[in-house]
Amino acid sequence: MRNLLPVLTIVTAILVIWYAAAVALNAQWVRDQATRAGHELSLPALVEATWSQDKPKLPAPHQVAVEIWQTTGAMVLAGRGFSKRSLFYHSWITFSSTALGFLLGTALGVALAIGIVYNRTMDMSVMPWVIASQTIPILAIAPMIIVVLNAVGISGLLPKAMISMYLSFFPVVVGMVKGLRSPATMQLDQMRTWNASPAQTFWKLRLPSSMPYLFTSLKIGMAASVVGAIVGELPTGAVAGLGARLLAGSYYGQTIQIWSALIMAATLAAVLVGLIGLVQRMTLRRMGMA
Amino acid sequence: MSSNTVISAQDLSLTFQTGDGPVHALKDVSLDVGKGDFVSFIGPSGCGKTTFLRCMADLEHPTGGSITVNGVSAEEARRNRAYGYVFQAAGLYPWRTIGGNIRLPLEIMGYDKAEQARRVSEVLELVDLAGFEKKFPWQLSGGMQQRASIARALAFDADILLMDEPFGALDEIVRDHLNEQLLQLWDRTDKTICFVTHSIPEAVYLSTRIVVMSPRPGRITDVIESPLPKERPLDIRETPEFLEIAHRVRDGLRAGHGDEV
Ligand SMILES: Nc1ncnc2c1ncn2[C@@H]1O[C@H](COP(=O)(O)OP(=O)(O)OP(=O)(O)O)[C@@H](O)[C@H]1O
Ligand SMILES: [Mg+2]
Repeated sequence: MRNLLPVLTIVTAILVIWYAAAVALNAQWVRDQATRAGHELSLPALVEATWSQDKPKLPAPHQVAVEIWQTTGAMVLAGRGFSKRSLFYHSWITFSSTALGFLLGTALGVALAIGIVYNRTMDMSVMPWVIASQTIPILAIAPMIIVVLNAVGISGLLPKAMISMYLSFFPVVVGMVKGLRSPATMQLDQMRTWNASPAQTFWKLRLPSSMPYLFTSLKIGMAASVVGAIVGELPTGAVAGLGARLLAGSYYGQTIQIWSALIMAATLAAVLVGLIGLVQRMTLRRMGMA
Repeated sequence: MSSNTVISAQDLSLTFQTGDGPVHALKDVSLDVGKGDFVSFIGPSGCGKTTFLRCMADLEHPTGGSITVNGVSAEEARRNRAYGYVFQAAGLYPWRTIGGNIRLPLEIMGYDKAEQARRVSEVLELVDLAGFEKKFPWQLSGGMQQRASIARALAFDADILLMDEPFGALDEIVRDHLNEQLLQLWDRTDKTICFVTHSIPEAVYLSTRIVVMSPRPGRITDVIESPLPKERPLDIRETPEFLEIAHRVRDGLRAGHGDEV
């Protein structure tokens, strides 16, 4: 708990800045209202008003907190924790395509990395394509992926997961290629002196050596998967998922809803990345490498 | 080449093509190592000792001449797992315990579980590391790690042991102790040992033959047969015979170098 104080300090600073920014951004609208109604506004009243609008430019933290509570905890207490209006439900939708996309992306990334490390032709030819794939803006191709897959009869979870996969395989390829190549020349020579087969060298040397690299890549890949899942929900006109909440919120100017969905998405990503961190620590400790 | 020749090099040459032009790491090196020999290689840095050992181990491909190990090509000998190789650095896997590290080649070679366990404790005993089987490498000193790596090379049935400055990083006392143990081991197991070192006393104390090399191009300048008996207590190093051989080695090194060592 040694680092509780610095964390709290930063959180407090963020909240102060946020409240101040809410006043600055929302003040114009409050003043206009007051002028139209023809009465003077005292400073406290102005500040109060900027923090309690229905559709503020920037909602105040407590407004977002209340909205989040009403769409999560309060609904659970009311026994409707998983209704279509609950953020848990939307988070679950986003989580399921995140998870599927992450698994697919990790599998693809590891497979490509093994190919690149073991096959000269793949080494020369695949990496440029992998890099090129990431220079295409995801927002541009997300609708195409969804439309094309829909056209061949694939809809629902998979198209969204494909976008997560598209974003998450990249860090895994890069990290795993580096990891699988991390054994020293001497360690590889040693394997040769024992006449180890390529498979034995892989399982006993290359793969264990790559573990620290793999976990770092998985964390980046997981965060990218969440982004991918949300982006994937935007062009489908999806009705469920945190991305859909964001889109619906922006249609109707429901900034509070947008912000609560954003914070939910950030929390989801943080929890998932944290889980990988946990697995990482346990694995590396068991391997005596932590 | 007599019938008990284990390693035979004929006019062996190896030229590395580097950015600054060719480097003649070995040039026309010929040497026969007999069964049960303990051969030390000594010479100034860069004279090709490591390269020679790596050629025997099929880790380097000669550009000229030929080399046979156990009567077959170096590659076939490697495939037959004819030798154990001890590198200069211990190179233990950090994610395996000491026992796990020694078990590694045994797993690769397909020994069964019981046999693996038996051999691991046997060689740990041999290098004085009994009781450290469950420790991880980072919990051991550098010298202990190097002993573990020697144990690993001894664990399987190879009758040739190639060692590249295995004790280079160890202090004098540990080194003496390991030298004694290595001699006992060699005596008991009848292994053929090729041993690279920078230390004249070490070379003289251990070897039946001392191969003196010199650089640019890497070549053999002298091969000294040791008249010392097989039984060698540590204080043999004070006897006149010992000092005389040491003197010859020193002269050989000096001559090869062209000036003071
Ligand atoms: N892979 C390589 N590529 C290019 N040159 C090399 C390579 N390996 C060794 N050499 C060169 O070959 C020569 C012999 O090297 P080698 O490592 O065999 O020397 P050494 O006698 O073992 O030296 P030391 O006592 O310092 O270990 C050196 O000049 C070295 O620079
Ligand atoms: Mg060397």
